[in-house]
Amino acid sequence: MAQSVVVQVGQCGNQIGCCFWDLALREHASVNKKGIYDDALKNFFRNVDTRGTGISKGRICSLKARAVLIDMEEGVVNEILQGPLKDVFDSKQLITNVSGSGNNWAVGYKVFGSQYRDQIVEKLRQTAEHCDCLQCFFLIHSMGGGTGSGLGTFILNVLEDEFPEVYRFVTSVFPSGEDDVITSPYNSVLAMKELNEHADCVLPIENESLFDIVSKINQMINSGKPGTTVKQQSLVTLNEGGIKKKLDEKPFDKMNNIVANLLLNLTSSSRFEGSLNMDLNEISMNLVPFPQLHYLVSSLTPLYTLADVNIPPRRLDQMFSDAFSKDYQLIQADPKHSLYLACALLVRGNVQISDIRRNIERLKSSLHFVSWNQEGWKTSLCSVPPVGHSHSLLALANNTCVKPTFMELKNRFLRLYKKKAHLHHYLQVDRMEDSCFTEAVSSLSSLIEKYNELDVTKGLPIHEQVRLNIVI
Amino acid sequence: MSVVTVQLGQCGNQIGYEVFDTMCRDLHNTQGFCSKRENEIYQASCKEHFFNEDKSEVPVARALLIDMEPKVISQTLLKAAHSGRWKYGQHSHFCQRQGSGNNWAYGYSVHGPKHEESIMNLIQREVEEYDSLSGFSIIMSMAGGTGSGLGAFLTQNLRDAYPNSFIMNQVIWPYGTGEVIVQNYNSVLTLSHLYRSSDALLVHENDVVHKICAKLMNIKQISFRDVNQVIAHQLGSVFQPTYSSEDSFQYRRNPLGDLMTALVPHPEFKMLGLRNIPQMPENSLAYTTFAWAGLLKHLRQMLISNAKMEEGIDWQVRPPLSGLPALEKVSPNKELRFNTSIANLLILRGKDVHSADTGGFKDPALYTSWLQPSDAFCEWRTHRAFNKYEKSAALVSNSQFLLKPLDTIVGKAWNMFASKAYVHQYTKFGIEEEDFLDSFTVLEQIVASYCNL
Repeated sequence: MAQSVVVQVGQCGNQIGCCFWDLALREHASVNKKGIYDDALKNFFRNVDTRGTGISKGRICSLKARAVLIDMEEGVVNEILQGPLKDVFDSKQLITNVSGSGNNWAVGYKVFGSQYRDQIVEKLRQTAEHCDCLQCFFLIHSMGGGTGSGLGTFILNVLEDEFPEVYRFVTSVFPSGEDDVITSPYNSVLAMKELNEHADCVLPIENESLFDIVSKINQMINSGKPGTTVKQQSLVTLNEGGIKKKLDEKPFDKMNNIVANLLLNLTSSSRFEGSLNMDLNEISMNLVPFPQLHYLVSSLTPLYTLADVNIPPRRLDQMFSDAFSKDYQLIQADPKHSLYLACALLVRGNVQISDIRRNIERLKSSLHFVSWNQEGWKTSLCSVPPVGHSHSLLALANNTCVKPTFMELKNRFLRLYKKKAHLHHYLQVDRMEDSCFTEAVSSLSSLIEKYNELDVTKGLPIHEQVRLNIVI
Repeated sequence: MSVVTVQLGQCGNQIGYEVFDTMCRDLHNTQGFCSKRENEIYQASCKEHFFNEDKSEVPVARALLIDMEPKVISQTLLKAAHSGRWKYGQHSHFCQRQGSGNNWAYGYSVHGPKHEESIMNLIQREVEEYDSLSGFSIIMSMAGGTGSGLGAFLTQNLRDAYPNSFIMNQVIWPYGTGEVIVQNYNSVLTLSHLYRSSDALLVHENDVVHKICAKLMNIKQISFRDVNQVIAHQLGSVFQPTYSSEDSFQYRRNPLGDLMTALVPHPEFKMLGLRNIPQMPENSLAYTTFAWAGLLKHLRQMLISNAKMEEGIDWQVRPPLSGLPALEKVSPNKELRFNTSIANLLILRGKDVHSADTGGFKDPALYTSWLQPSDAFCEWRTHRAFNKYEKSAALVSNSQFLLKPLDTIVGKAWNMFASKAYVHQYTKFGIEEEDFLDSFTVLEQIVASYCNL
């Protein structure tokens, strides 16, 4: 079975990463009752003995995450190493600094990039060597800051150079409009150019959407309506460990858990068995029709399971409907009113192929698909449901509804750039020039243009292409 | 003579398991409606083709399990071993760690050459065990990456390595929507390549089998297991032992070879469809009586009206008056009213089988003009019943059954190709636009040939 390595960069990346590892352990613990180090665990974890040597089979001795943790400040990584997950990581997997990147992409990319390149390559190699078949790197970072954004995308380049055959899946948290980092548009646009050119697949996430989902759940829990008690462990926002629990639990914890669940569900079919498996390389194959259009909008349902067994479970079909509702998307987007290039449904648990087919039939008339991919659906069935649920659905869409997010980003960038606001902080960094900015915004513009070209075709009558003529 | 089943990819392995399991259950069925002695000969004949006996007395399936990732093969081996009735050979499988990513090019151009030697050695070792090899039955899907791409590569290799053996591909046709987005590309590439090296392609359509599960088997929440079991039943009804001729009491020695001889008179026409009646939930069997006249009448109408199953048959369709060309020789996208056949094979099993009147299938109007019904129609009758059905009939047909599905897939693939969507995923691994065009050309040729019957 193939393995994946998680590279978590910056504060956001590491916080999300930490939630992910916590959830992964809990998921495997609930499935793997015998404590045997099986193929499913092998995907994300090594099994080591007391001396730290890898054990390939047999009982679980000590599990180590296949992860590299990178931050230019120490705070977050230190918290992780002192928290409940401290035994899951070892010092050989970390790279930290004290000074931070000052919310400056150029510092993250140009300064720390060149300073740490060799160390980064070495840590990545070590982690890769522990895999007998490395299939995928998951990079987790935010776009608005300095480390996650700058150093994170630098690392993306390194991954492509050093491991060209390994897939690069990037989970990127985009800043919201009211982001408190003023220069986040610069950082994001500079980072986007790198994502355009070096990522295989990007899952954009917006904090606003995560926040809305958390609010929705809170409303539900606090509504006091009879029968609305929720099974605690089914909450998509739940976190029991990970970062040391503070009395006033940050909303970020809940939000990060949603993203962690996303990653878990994405990889479930390659870890666990099912009647229609989907490996990670199939995601890129099916959802990326043209190399640059590799941004996938994701949605997760259900968000929770009701604890009261007397209330009939929400109809299965409702789960499918919700996945297409704009309230469940992890970015501020409405895929239903935009154009689908492709769509994937990753189903877990007690669901059969007839359920999927019925729902596709039901939903497809309300969705707009591009003319050359009218039946652009990819499905997978994994038998193992997530903890606390009997079934779940992750929908991934390659849809032009990402365009507004990118246009908004470009507009915020231009507002700053026209005034040359804060530009000197960037330009004073060695090897950082004005052309970096112009190239980055140009890359973003051409991406937006590609989506425009597709949007224009929406709703037009579809012409059958003239077929080859055969002379008998 | 032995038939080696090669199970490729997730689909091939999942179905292959059900096929062997169904055959085994049938062998142990006491409702064969025949004498004990007869049953024993039936069992021996089946085993001769499909199983090895080893010291443990649990029959070992003559099968090879091949997949590029390990999960499905592990599951399949385990399930067989747990059944207690049969198992797979200990060293009969080959797998790798990373799948083909639904990419035909990856299956064909990367996995194929890389593992060619290992896989061919595995096959060679298996084949050496047998006194005589009839040929290969390769079970594969068209939609994914391994079954389709590696399947095409392997079929070619088998043809080169075993020029005197028959090769039949059990090709699983994906659902029209919602399995794999690039399934039409993968299908086009697979079919065009298979056509060169395979002797016959027996097609099983997921959409059709799904409807059978829904309408005839009354299954509410249909799983892939249900679909695969129906396909296994259909294949079993073809491959289980049959008498070699009307008056013989010997079971056929070479079912694969005889099937080819009966059904594929011309290399341009290799697409075979399968219809099987009756089809019903097992617990209804005890309450239903069957008559050959009724079964055969329905099956004949299913043939000529291109019905996919025994429900919703269009009884208005009639064969054209003999001597006149069929009025409905139109393009394939108009609903094909009358289904012209090249060749048909009728396999009858069960009680009073010798009294069944198959005259309706010998009508020259059913067939193209260039073959006499005596050459175009073949029947195999066996009075040992199959899988608890007191009477059952299977029709393997080389006709226009698959014309519309084929045309549909080519059309969709062509539409996508015109926009060049996803093509970069294939060129990455050496399948260029010209290769696509070649495949399209081959398939348009096949469509035209069947259309003009």
